[in-house]
Amino acid sequence: MMLPNAVPVSWYLILSAILFSMGVAGFLIRRNIITVFMCIELMLNAVNLSFVAFSYELKKIDGQLFTFFVMVVAAAEAAVGLAIILTVFRHRMSLEIDDVSSLKN
Amino acid sequence: MTESQSLWLIPILPLIGAALNGLLGRRLPKMAVSAIAILSVLGSFLWVMKCLSALGNLDTPHAEHYFTWIQSGALEIGVDFMVDRLTRIMLLIVTGVGLLIHIYAVGYMDHEEGFSRFFSYLNLFMFFMLTLVLAKNFLLVFVGWEGVGLASYLLIGFYLKEKFAGDAGKKAFIVNRIGDFGFSLAMFLIVITFGSLDFTKVFEAAAKMPVEAHAGILTAIALLLFVGACGKSAQMPLYVWLPDAMAGPTPVSALIHAATMVTAGVYIVARASVIFDRAPIALDVVSYIGLLTAVVAATIGVTQYDIKKVFAYSTVSQLGFMFMACGAKAYSSGIFHVATHAFFKAVLFLGAGSVIHALHGEQDMRNMGGLRSKIPQTFATLCFAWLAISGVPGFSGALSKDEILIAVHGKSEWMFWVGVVTAGITAFYVSRAMFMTFFGEYRGKAHPHESPLSMTGPLWVLALLSAAGGYLMRDLVHSIGPETASHGDHGSLEFIIVAAGLLGIGLAAFMYLMNRGLSQSVAKALGPVYRLVYDKYRVDEFYDAALVRPIQAGSESVLWKGLDVLLIDGVVNGVGRTASAIGGILRRCQGGHVPSYATWIVLGAALVLIGFQLVGGGR
Repeated sequence: MMLPNAVPVSWYLILSAILFSMGVAGFLIRRNIITVFMCIELMLNAVNLSFVAFSYELKKIDGQLFTFFVMVVAAAEAAVGLAIILTVFRHRMSLEIDDVSSLKN
Repeated sequence: MTESQSLWLIPILPLIGAALNGLLGRRLPKMAVSAIAILSVLGSFLWVMKCLSALGNLDTPHAEHYFTWIQSGALEIGVDFMVDRLTRIMLLIVTGVGLLIHIYAVGYMDHEEGFSRFFSYLNLFMFFMLTLVLAKNFLLVFVGWEGVGLASYLLIGFYLKEKFAGDAGKKAFIVNRIGDFGFSLAMFLIVITFGSLDFTKVFEAAAKMPVEAHAGILTAIALLLFVGACGKSAQMPLYVWLPDAMAGPTPVSALIHAATMVTAGVYIVARASVIFDRAPIALDVVSYIGLLTAVVAATIGVTQYDIKKVFAYSTVSQLGFMFMACGAKAYSSGIFHVATHAFFKAVLFLGAGSVIHALHGEQDMRNMGGLRSKIPQTFATLCFAWLAISGVPGFSGALSKDEILIAVHGKSEWMFWVGVVTAGITAFYVSRAMFMTFFGEYRGKAHPHESPLSMTGPLWVLALLSAAGGYLMRDLVHSIGPETASHGDHGSLEFIIVAAGLLGIGLAAFMYLMNRGLSQSVAKALGPVYRLVYDKYRVDEFYDAALVRPIQAGSESVLWKGLDVLLIDGVVNGVGRTASAIGGILRRCQGGHVPSYATWIVLGAALVLIGFQLVGGGR
């Protein structure tokens, strides 16, 4: 089913790319762990958006299925990740990502 | 083929004894340990008797096959036992003398530590020795051959706390290795030539081959077998381990290093007589080595003061006589001497043990003397052996020695004369030992006491066998093989041999009984010659300088500091160092800084995308 004046798929993809790039940039630049964590969620959802867009364009259900998997993984990751962040904060009283480097060398 | 006689019981009984004493012996009382040891050997002696009486005349050998041991292509090696007339003699000697020496050892070892360990080893020796003589193929012989070497090593080094005992054990084992190497090479050659190791097959095939005028394959096999025999039977140049082997307890010296194990070399030569008969060059070598050994060892025996050393060199010398017989194709005479020697040399050693026991460990004859009245039973039994080894007529030693020398006379005249002189020397040094030990005044400090019945009993049995054993065994032995030259009139030769023996005794009596100081002045007059013989021709020193030290130096500079430290350690440490150097560089990537990892991932992903684009995989 194709609506006549629907938004073309390229727009969704461009939006997805913009969101993904923002995620990457934030991940690399920001120093607060929570922000970095949110950037990861942003990247995941940008990918979800392109999956859904392609799924709609190609009339195939696979992309939407994938999205559900990604959401499940993201939920699990959020649970684990937030738990780690909490523990890190309790131990170091800091959320600076540069302080968490005891595995170096 | 007669019905099965369960020959396997003969060696297995001592093995069970060895296992029981070895595993449980420490917790058992001495009584039980000695009962196990003696009964296991007694059982095997009685079983031998039972088998031999059931087998009768043994016109054809009796063989038993138990199972196939090794199957490789066309080569099939089974665990087969066989009894023929040669094995019959060996079985009787090994189990009979072995039994008596076990009984003796119970008395001798009474005060020693490691009572059960001793009997466990001794029974283990019996197992391997019986395997050796019963085996029907060369490989099974080799199993026994190596096994008796092991038992010998364990028993020479029995006194664990003495360094010289351990050293002597190692020396025996290592020198025997050289011989064993020859033996294994001989086996390889036999497999290549005959495709089998089974006695029946090999000897049947060899019998069809012609006598080799020049060195050929049979000569090579015979010589390599003889190398093995040289190691085990202490012939030149491998005899050096036997005198040192006296570091073991005296019953061991009597059983292993005089009566049984050291005769294994003679046994294998007699067993392979078909091969030796067709290799005249090898026979000559056997004769020369035997003669040389007999002379060298006899002269060393004259100068030694340690009573066991004298008898050890005597053993080496007598083994030389046995090989002389084999070299003259008088195999049955050689085996005859094995039998009579087993009796009288066992008495000599056990008697020496009894003397040492009486003097609480004294072995130096200069500290003995006059023991005749103090330990009369030991003295009386030793007299039998003394007269037997000296070749006095009426004793068994004379019978076999006469036969050997007459056979040697048939081969070569000059060897006969050297042999006669050596027989005279033999009589001289044994008489010297007897006179120094039992006559004159007592020169020691310990208080001698006669040995218990368990020691004198076996001594008496063996002493009587030293006298009569030769007459009992003569027909059994001569049934073995080709008729020897002993039949016929050799009156004048026999007279010469007997005269040589009596002359030796007389000379010893003159030097050590009537003119006490004479031996010292003779030694002084001979000067450097005497020193050389007293130092055993410095053979040990020569081996030390020519072989042991170069090998040690080579091992240290080439194998240790070169091969091991530089090459092997170099490679191993080099691998480690390389890995850690690479790791040192890669370590810098691992900054522990999460955003920098992310940067690497982004850059990597970008690189992959660009790569795809370039090769046209993006679309």
